[in-house]
Amino acid sequence: MALDIFQEKGVPLDRQVFTWKDLVRRPYSKLDDDAFTRVRVIYMNGIMADALRTKHMMARINGSLREPLARIRRVEHFEQTLINWLNPPDQNPLETTLGFEQVAIEVTASVALREPDPYLAQTYRFGLLEDFDHLYRYSALYDRLEGKDPNTITQSYTDIIPGRATSLEHRHPLDDLRRPYDKTTAHPLSKIHAISITAAENQTHDYYMTVGPFFTDPAARQLYAEIAAIEEQHVTQYESLLDPSETLLEKWLMHEAAEVYNFYSCLAYEGNPRIKEVWQRFLDYELGQLHFVKDLFERVEGRDAASVLPRTLPEPVEYKQHREFVRKTLNAEEDLATNGPDFVPRADLPADHRSLVYRDQLNSEGSPSETVAAGYQWTPGTELAARVQRMGSTSAGRKVH
Amino acid sequence: MKKTTSDMGPNRTGIAMSPIDSADIFQAAQKRAPTSPGDGSLLLEVRKQYALESGGVGHVPPPANLKGVAKTAVELLKGAKPTVFLDKLGERLAFERSGSRLYEGALAKLDVHGSWEDGPTQEGLERILNDELSHFALLSESLTKLGADPTAVTPCADLVGVMSMGLPAVLADPRTNLRQSLEALLVAELTDNASWELLIELARGLGHDTLADRFQLALDAESEHLVLVRGWLASGITLEARAASPEELGAPA
Repeated sequence: MALDIFQEKGVPLDRQVFTWKDLVRRPYSKLDDDAFTRVRVIYMNGIMADALRTKHMMARINGSLREPLARIRRVEHFEQTLINWLNPPDQNPLETTLGFEQVAIEVTASVALREPDPYLAQTYRFGLLEDFDHLYRYSALYDRLEGKDPNTITQSYTDIIPGRATSLEHRHPLDDLRRPYDKTTAHPLSKIHAISITAAENQTHDYYMTVGPFFTDPAARQLYAEIAAIEEQHVTQYESLLDPSETLLEKWLMHEAAEVYNFYSCLAYEGNPRIKEVWQRFLDYELGQLHFVKDLFERVEGRDAASVLPRTLPEPVEYKQHREFVRKTLNAEEDLATNGPDFVPRADLPADHRSLVYRDQLNSEGSPSETVAAGYQWTPGTELAARVQRMGSTSAGRKVH
Repeated sequence: MKKTTSDMGPNRTGIAMSPIDSADIFQAAQKRAPTSPGDGSLLLEVRKQYALESGGVGHVPPPANLKGVAKTAVELLKGAKPTVFLDKLGERLAFERSGSRLYEGALAKLDVHGSWEDGPTQEGLERILNDELSHFALLSESLTKLGADPTAVTPCADLVGVMSMGLPAVLADPRTNLRQSLEALLVAELTDNASWELLIELARGLGHDTLADRFQLALDAESEHLVLVRGWLASGITLEARAASPEELGAPA
C-alpha cells in the first residue's frame, strides 16, 4: 500500500538520536551481500550528502532559516555517517567506484522509465549511457591494474560494455544546461527524480575527486580526472532540471520528500535484515523531518503543503537489473549529443561547434578512457583468464611446451 | 563473533551464482567491440611517460646536526653513497615499528578468539612484540650514531609503508580472527627476514661490522619469529580443515 506522508508522522526530531557505537556498525559483506545492497548504501549516502549540501547553501543565503536548518542538518549528518560507514573496509576505492557506476546505471534507468515528462526522461537516458560507459572504463582499469574481475562487484546484473564513449562525452558548459521542470505543472515525481539524481551525481563527482589522488598509477589518476569532469557535467545537467523559481522552503520541503521516498524505496527492496532496519529507522526519521519542515513551510509561506507535496508516495525506485532497457537505449541513442538544452544527433553538430572544440582540446594529448580500455572486452575471471586459456594447458605454473 | 573462517555460505561474487545472467552479459560483452584497438600495454606506456618526468618519492634528509655532519663525513669513507644505507635503515625502522603494532593487534585477537593446539600463546606473541620493539630501538640508535634523524621518513621507509598497507588493515579488522591475522604476520615475517639479510650484507659491505653483528642478532630473532608464525598458522589451518564442526577439537578461532 502506498505510503500516506500526511498521515505518517514518523519519529519527532528531538527523538532522532545516535551514539558512536550505533553510528559505526557492522558493514555489509562485499562477498555475500547482494550488489543492490551496496547500490542502495552508496545511493543513500549520496542522497544524504546532498541533504547537507543543499541545506548548507540555504543557510549561507538565508538568515531566518539557519536555526531549523542547523537542527535538521545535524541529524542528517549522522544518518549519512551511519549509511556511509556500512561500506566494508575490504572494498577498496576502485571497487566502490564500480558500485557508484552501478548506482548511476540501475537507479537512473529506473528513474528514466518512471519519469512522466518526456524531456526529463530523455535527459536521464542521455546521462545513463554516459555512466554506463564509465562502468566499462573503470572495469578495464580494475582488471588491468589489480588483476581482478569487476563482475564480482556488479554480480552479473549489469552489462560491462562500452556505452557512449567517455572520450566523446566532454561538452562545453553551455551544452550541459537543460530546461528546468515548471514547478507549477511538474508531477511531484519529476521533482523527486531531479533532486535524487542530482544528489547521486554530485556525490559521485565528490567521491572521484577525493579518491582519484590515492592511485599510484598515472593512467588511473588520469581516468579519475577525466570521469570526474563528466560527473561535474552531469551535476550541471541534472541540477539545471530543478526549477530555480521555487522558494527555499519549497526546495527544502521537496528535498525532505525525496529523502522519504528514497528510504521508502530501499525498504521495499532490501534483503539484508540488518540494513533493512536502518532503512526503516531513517524512513521514520525522515517522515519526522518532513513534518517539521511542512509545519515551517505552512507557517512561513502561508501555503498548504499539500499544494506542493504528493498525498502518497509514488511507486519505489526499482532495484533490479535494467539490461534490456539500457541496451535498447544504447542502440537508439548512443550517437546523441547536445546543442544547448536540446538533444541532437552528433552528426548534426558543425565541425566548429563549441563542444567539439572543447572536447578536442581536452583530448589533444591523449584520452585516458580510451587508453585504459584499449581492446578491452569483459571476460569472466578477468582478461588474464582468457589469456591463459589461449596459452593452452599448464602444469605447475609453467606452460607445457 | 565468527569463530571459523572457511564456511560455506551465500557468496555472490562468482558467475556460477547467476548462470543465466552471466551467460547473457558475457555474450553482450563479446558482441560489442571496444572503442579503440590495443591492449593493457597502453596503460604501461602512460606509466613510462610519467616515469620519465618523475622526481621520485622524496629524499633522504641531511644529517640532523653538526656533529652528524662530521660523522657522516667520516661514514662517507665507508661507502660511495652513505645515504643508501641510511635510507635502508630508515626502512627497517619503519617496518619494525609498524610490526610492533601488528603484534599488539594479534594479542587483542587472542583475547577475543583464544588459541588452538600448537597455536599462538600470549607469551609467544608478547615475546615477538618485544623483539620488534627492541629492533626499532636498535635501528633508532644506529641512525642517531650515524648522525641521521631517526624520526624522519626516508624514501624506502615510505615505500615499505605503501607495500605493507594491508597488514595493519587485516589485524585491525574486527571481522578477521587470529588465524587470518597470522597470514598477515607471515607476510611481515618473511619480509623481515629477507630485509634483515639484505641490511646485514649492506652493512658488511660498507665496513659497518659492529652494526652488522648486532643486526645478525636481530635476524636470528626474526628467523625464530618466522618459524613460530608459520607453525601456528599451519596448525590452525590443518585443525580447521579437519574439524567437522567449529566446536570440535577446539577449532581455531
